[in-house]
Amino acid sequence: MVLVLGGLWIGQNVNLLPVDASANAPIYDELFRVLFSIGAILFLGILGLVIFSLIRFRRREGQLADGLAIEGNLPLEVLWTAVPAIVVLFIGLFSYDIYERMGGMAPLGHDAMTQTSASASSSVQRVWGGIGTPALSTTTEAALAPPLPVEVTAMQFAFLFRYPQGDFISGELHVPVGQPVTLAMEAKDVIHAFWVPEFRLKQDVIPGQPTVLNFTPTRAGRYPIVCAELCGPYHGGMRSTVVVEDQQAFDAWFAQNDKLSATST
Amino acid sequence: MTATLTPQAESSRPPSLQPHGWLRYLSFSVDHKVIGLQYLVCGFAFYLIGGALAGAIRTELASPLSDFMPREVYNQVLTLHGTVMIFLWIVPVVNGAFGNYLIPFYVGARDMAFPRLNAVAFWLIPPAGLLLISSYFITGAAQSGWTAYPPLSLTTPAIGQIIWILSVLLLGGSSIFGGINFIATILKLRRPGLKLMQLPMYCWAMLGTSILVVLSTPVLAGTLILLSFDIVAHTGFFNPGMGGNVVVYQHLFWFYSHPAVYIMVLPAFGLVSEILPVHCRKPLFGYATMVVSIMAIVVLGLVVWAHHMFTSGTPPWMRLFFTIATAFIAVPTGIKFFNWLATLWGGRISLNSAVLFSCGFIVNFVLGGITGVALAQVPFDVHVHDTYFVVAHFHYIVYGGSVFVIFASIYHWYPKVTGRMLNEPLGRLHFLITFIGFNLCFAPQHWLGLNGMPRRVAEYDPQFAFINQLSSVGALLMAISTLPFLWNVIASAFQGEIAGDNPWRALTPEWLTSSPPPVENWRGEAPLVTEPYGYGVAADELDLKAASGRDLWSSGR
Amino acid sequence: MTTLNPSQAPLEQAGASAEHHADHRIFGLATFLVADAMTFAGFFAAYLTFKAVNPLQPGAIYELELPLPILNTVLLLVSSFTFHRAGVNLRRGMNQRCRQWLLLSAVLGLAFLASQMVEYFTLPFGLTDNLYASTFYALTGFHGLHVTLGALMILIVWWQCRTPGGRITADNHFPLEAAELYWHFVDGIWVILFVILYLI
Ligand code: HEA
Ligand code: HEA
Ligand code: CUA
Ligand SMILES: [Cu+2]
Repeated sequence: MVLVLGGLWIGQNVNLLPVDASANAPIYDELFRVLFSIGAILFLGILGLVIFSLIRFRRREGQLADGLAIEGNLPLEVLWTAVPAIVVLFIGLFSYDIYERMGGMAPLGHDAMTQTSASASSSVQRVWGGIGTPALSTTTEAALAPPLPVEVTAMQFAFLFRYPQGDFISGELHVPVGQPVTLAMEAKDVIHAFWVPEFRLKQDVIPGQPTVLNFTPTRAGRYPIVCAELCGPYHGGMRSTVVVEDQQAFDAWFAQNDKLSATST
Repeated sequence: MTATLTPQAESSRPPSLQPHGWLRYLSFSVDHKVIGLQYLVCGFAFYLIGGALAGAIRTELASPLSDFMPREVYNQVLTLHGTVMIFLWIVPVVNGAFGNYLIPFYVGARDMAFPRLNAVAFWLIPPAGLLLISSYFITGAAQSGWTAYPPLSLTTPAIGQIIWILSVLLLGGSSIFGGINFIATILKLRRPGLKLMQLPMYCWAMLGTSILVVLSTPVLAGTLILLSFDIVAHTGFFNPGMGGNVVVYQHLFWFYSHPAVYIMVLPAFGLVSEILPVHCRKPLFGYATMVVSIMAIVVLGLVVWAHHMFTSGTPPWMRLFFTIATAFIAVPTGIKFFNWLATLWGGRISLNSAVLFSCGFIVNFVLGGITGVALAQVPFDVHVHDTYFVVAHFHYIVYGGSVFVIFASIYHWYPKVTGRMLNEPLGRLHFLITFIGFNLCFAPQHWLGLNGMPRRVAEYDPQFAFINQLSSVGALLMAISTLPFLWNVIASAFQGEIAGDNPWRALTPEWLTSSPPPVENWRGEAPLVTEPYGYGVAADELDLKAASGRDLWSSGR
Repeated sequence: MTTLNPSQAPLEQAGASAEHHADHRIFGLATFLVADAMTFAGFFAAYLTFKAVNPLQPGAIYELELPLPILNTVLLLVSSFTFHRAGVNLRRGMNQRCRQWLLLSAVLGLAFLASQMVEYFTLPFGLTDNLYASTFYALTGFHGLHVTLGALMILIVWWQCRTPGGRITADNHFPLEAAELYWHFVDGIWVILFVILYLI
């Protein structure tokens, strides 16, 4: 009992994660707390059992006899097969639900498909899925704003962000708070991975396979974009920044760089 | 009596070309005990090398800048570290070393089924290892991590990568030969009258492991051959520029390398199952469920590989399937852990180094396993994949699990092999420093991963510096902890207390002969051991009053 | 059943297990063939995945003709049969007959290799032309290597079967049995390969 409560307390109150800055992140943190609680209960329980056994059942001076000849206990064994099975099943279903809400089960690149196949020449191009638009935000916010498309190119050792709506390229990713973003990603040379710890999102960018990743930033700030897949000597230095800002700031920044409205009469 | 026996034993030495004395350890010996020790010592040498490489990694990471070595070298070092530790230390030692030494005893045979193949399997290892290490000095070692993902592995300097492939192929071959030998020995060489369900648990573990070896290692071999074609002959299997598909490589690679993690840990499970009952003076709890769970791990282990690829753009149904399958491995593994706990429960546990390391293993592995189950959840993994969280997960398992068990086993079987005891206080000191150093080194890495430090980097954000330094201090402690161990093992071989044939009063067959054992394992016929775990006092013989009450707590001191 | 006591009878180094050896070697070989089959399985899986996921790039040529491979299939299947006959004859103690069948099997195997070569030279694509070409050559090449080895084994067995002085006799036929098992295995793999590469 103490164990369960203690585990729950640890799971709920010890925060090991960085701030959450996307619509995904709170959902993710929910899962994390559940996993952490279960893990803490299990670990502390087993640790306690081991230590208790080692102290309680240690051989004391002068004891020569053996322990009890217990070879097994069927009900007990069934119990500890069933309990983990149930726990695991629960975790599995729960994380499935979480994943669903994060948009991971959304059919791959449904809305993004149009863009990539428009840019990729002719035949039906296979789009590899990262994560679709989180279901929550599609219903609430996406109704207000259509997703902002950005094309990401990853290469040794940098990310480039191209805004097709303004036809310009930036070294930093700028996105407005609250608007869904769709990244269409492509790698030039080797595998890279696009990771924003504060968004709890990561997607490998694989050469030869256009990949899509959707997210909705929720908290203004500057967050690191990290390359998470070994891609050569400077892999550790392959960084960029995502700037989440309010709509005005974003618009200003966009207008500054915009080439389409500048060149088109 | 002894005086007349000894010369007789001397004269019975078979006249053969095999050298005697310590020289046979450097020869193409076909004696399974010699081969076992060859594996062990050779593996340990590579452990020191791999550990030195880990030391280099931790030194580099003690500061956020890439200042200790060039970035290319860092990648070479980490590739070598991973490859050496897995293919030259853990796999050969938990399988080859203990398997060769113990399995023939356990099945009541005088040697392995194919002694010559066995020797070949061992002698593939040193050259392969030296080849791998030497690549560092020739042109620079491979730089693409132990996973060698293309297209990176196609673009890094070719010679290093090719040498890496060659040596991994050799090591894979060695491990397949070993696996065939173990399967044949366990299934075919059993002493007449010995049933499968009477075998010590380690035999089952090795049977399961060998099945995995035979089924999965060839796939790695095939994959690496294709990869080498891409490098040498410029084919395009994994080269997207030529229409190839890099994700196929990942599937094939992990089809081997996930089972490989069970190849590294199942034998360790088996060894713990041998050690605990002896020192707890209790039968192994739940023999039948142990066997079933080993086989369940084998089967499940073959169908979970894609959990390493949750961010590689696999289709959603695949991620879902692999999440569930992976998480279910916790069930059979859990059965084993609870059975061990039940074996401890109510025992008469001698708190010696072997038991301490075994219990350290239980604690560490459970933590590693729990983070493993967390990693199996796609949404969780999406955040921490390829970060230090994963590094922490697998070091908790491979070091906290397998390496701890290797140490436990050395403490347990040293008297058997040498006829002398190890120094117990030194052993406990070793345990203490290792346990503290290990946890100090790897526990903080969980936090690093959650907060945004990717793995395989030589430089990182300054905000992570302190935790990394903690981790490096832990690594230093681990390095120091090898000193008492080495001293203990070497000194005790010459001046350790004489052990006698069976210092632990154990019942498994390897103890029912002299220590060290004679060339053909037994003088006379092999004993038939049908109850390897027949320890313990039956319940009705027990004086219940003595087993409970407050005086038990106080009488111990 | 006799277990030698080492303290009384000197043994060869590998001694005691020698009594059982024959059947264990076949068992060992079978286990090895399982491993070998897994190598092929890996290749097949790779090929099928490529096929499912990676379209043939525009302009790439990957066309296979059927007649030659069908001939090859027949050659191998017949050779499996002839090898089987060889084994049967050996067990009946008819070494001479056995050798004729063996020779025939070897010839069939070599004919297979020759016709495979012909196919290689007439194909419109080369090793590095495209993904499928590479996979085709890798798969058939790896199999061809096995056939070459197998043919060599047959010839060795043939040599060892010679009546005066040969090692293989009606009661000591491990090499022949091993080669036969291996040869059937190689044939089996070919059938799968044929279906996957040429028919699907
Ligand atoms: C010996 C080696 C070993 C072992 C045994 C394991 C065991 C497990 N591993 Fe681990 N793993 C590695 C070595 C190992 N792993 C390595 C080397 C890597 C990184 C490779 C690389 O990328 O370089 C890795 C990476 C890795 C990943 C990929 C992470 C990523 O790259 O994103 C995942 C994801 O699912 C995973 C999961 C698991 C699981 C679920 C287990 C399970 O088998 C664990 C089961 C055990 C327990 C759960 C504990 C005991 C059980 C109980 C007490 C019962 C109750 C428990 C519950 C109900 C939860 N491992
Ligand atoms: C399988 C077993 C295994 C073992 C036992 C270890 C043991 C250790 N590992 Fe290892 N590690 C891996 C397998 C293993 N590792 C793998 C597979 C990877 C992934 C590689 C990749 O990404 O491709 C990895 C990666 C890895 C990283 C991540 C690197 C990166 O991603 O950038 C780190 C960092 O801390 C690390 C540290 C350590 C440490 C401190 C130890 C310590 O436990 C070591 C303790 C031992 C010693 C310290 C030896 C003591 C002896 C001496 C020091 C004497 C000196 C010797 C001579 C003079 C010859 N390891
Ligand atoms: Cu790009 Cu790492
Ligand atoms: Cu795995």
